Amino acid sequence: MPALSVTLAGVSRSFAASGRGGASGRLAASGRGAASGRDAASGRGGATRRVLTNIDLDIRAGEIVALIGASGSGKSTLLRQVSGLDTPDVGSIQIDGTPLVGIDQRCAIAFQEPRLLPWRTIESNIALGLPRGTPKADGAVRVGELLHLVELEGARELKPSQVSGGMAQRASLARALARGPGVLVLDEPFGALDALTRLTMQDLLLEVHSAEPATILLVTHDVDEALYLSDRVVLLGDDPEAPQGSGSGIRRILSVPGSRPRDRADATLALLRAELLDGLGVSSHHRPAPSPSTTVRLDSF
Amino acid sequence: MADAEQDAVGRAILVNAAASSTGSEYLTGASSGALPARATRRPRASTVLLGAILPIALLAVWQLISESGVIPSYRLPAPLTVWQAAIDLAQRGLLFPDIAISTQRVLLGFVFGSILGLVVGSIIGLSRWASLLAAPTVGAFRAVPSLAWVPLLILYLGIHEDSKVVLITIGAFFPVYTTVSGALSHVDRHLVEVGRAYGLGRLSLLARVQLPAIIPTVVSGLRLALAQSWLFLVAAELIVSSLGLGYLLKESQDNGRIDRLFAAIILLGLLGKLTDTLIGFGERYLLRRWT
Repeated sequence: MPALSVTLAGVSRSFAASGRGGASGRLAASGRGAASGRDAASGRGGATRRVLTNIDLDIRAGEIVALIGASGSGKSTLLRQVSGLDTPDVGSIQIDGTPLVGIDQRCAIAFQEPRLLPWRTIESNIALGLPRGTPKADGAVRVGELLHLVELEGARELKPSQVSGGMAQRASLARALARGPGVLVLDEPFGALDALTRLTMQDLLLEVHSAEPATILLVTHDVDEALYLSDRVVLLGDDPEAPQGSGSGIRRILSVPGSRPRDRADATLALLRAELLDGLGVSSHHRPAPSPSTTVRLDSF
Repeated sequence: MADAEQDAVGRAILVNAAASSTGSEYLTGASSGALPARATRRPRASTVLLGAILPIALLAVWQLISESGVIPSYRLPAPLTVWQAAIDLAQRGLLFPDIAISTQRVLLGFVFGSILGLVVGSIIGLSRWASLLAAPTVGAFRAVPSLAWVPLLILYLGIHEDSKVVLITIGAFFPVYTTVSGALSHVDRHLVEVGRAYGLGRLSLLARVQLPAIIPTVVSGLRLALAQSWLFLVAAELIVSSLGLGYLLKESQDNGRIDRLFAAIILLGLLGKLTDTLIGFGERYLLRRWT
């Protein structure tokens, strides 16, 4: 499948307030919790907590967009909307111009944890991602290609417990690629890996992107990773003007100059890095902060 | 009985957690603590020998006591007498029909009860609505002491096979139901989400993700169900039957044949252990395949 464009228009999402802070959104967004979240949002269940408010974003086909933001700023929730695991209360999401309804075959997701089924071999875990109804022989060929692409040919018969974290994460990426998605959604895909493995995986992702172009939307905590990988960085956060609990929105969209592969030590990137860190409320010590307060002060941009 | 089931559910869930958390140890082979690893290890000769020490010692003490005459033989027959009583029964062709019919009843009831338990447990474990609607009722049925069903079953189904198999089915149903419905709600949320994200519907999600994830728990439930099946068999056969090991017990009691009584008890123990061992082999296979 060719890379597909993604359009978010006025996307908002609220959950039942449960007092568990950032985790509740993730909890409520899965399985049974989703139903109760919806009840609450439609006014039947009392207090709600708004996580996302009025997100507008156009992602071009084949573009790599990184979402960054402080913890609890709704990054993962936004990804869940795009992958169809959750549905916005308000607003719409279109993939390639057609609205997204529920789980969509054009979209594939990989998570921070590899989430491989422990009783299946690496090979058959990857096969789980094949589109439903794929003929067996075609599926085997496709899985073979993917094993080659993510350099796991030697591990095809191993169980997930027998491979390293980086290998498991590559298998998880291959599983997401198995359906040849037009949109690849990655939720902190390298967040749990050690620093060196992470750098290797970033290069692997870029290789995969040039071998099998897909639109990539990824969440990351790592500003360097966002700058190294993406065409644009989207900063999510609370609006400092709005009252507490009105949900986070897009604070800033930053185009990353230059073409990939980028120089990790590029001076322009270092400036952007300082700017993004400042947007996240973290002092980069790159230049003196305008005030000693460490709260998010995006209005000062 | 209900307590025992609860314990088993708790134990099984713990075992499950242990199995998933010690996953990395499989790599180094240091998985001494996890039950699946222990279960997948083949029994060695030394294990069998160690396990045989106590039965042989018991047999020796039994023989000594009956020889010494401290307990009269009409109260405690000698091991050899019991053996001869069993041989005698076998030679008259009275023993094997009893064993066969009892085993048949247990296996039928066990299979029916397990399948029902798996199905009902899956539905109640997965559907919030089914759980809200039906779980309290099933719980109330479970609270009915098993023998309370016997008069009703005899009234409805007569004194033949049906009533006994149904009673055993009831006995086998609850351990499987409890373990399956309990374990399904503890399946790793993340794995279920992966299944959903890759477009699995409810049934294929159950077949491909949820049931495989709870295999160790299900197997514990099955073992418990088998033990319950033998328990319910004897209950059913003691109350009304004309064939079977429970009937042999009852008849031996009525005729004062304490040697046959001992033979029947020992046979029940051996058969129970044998079927449990067979499930153990199945368990070893399943755990190797699914963990």
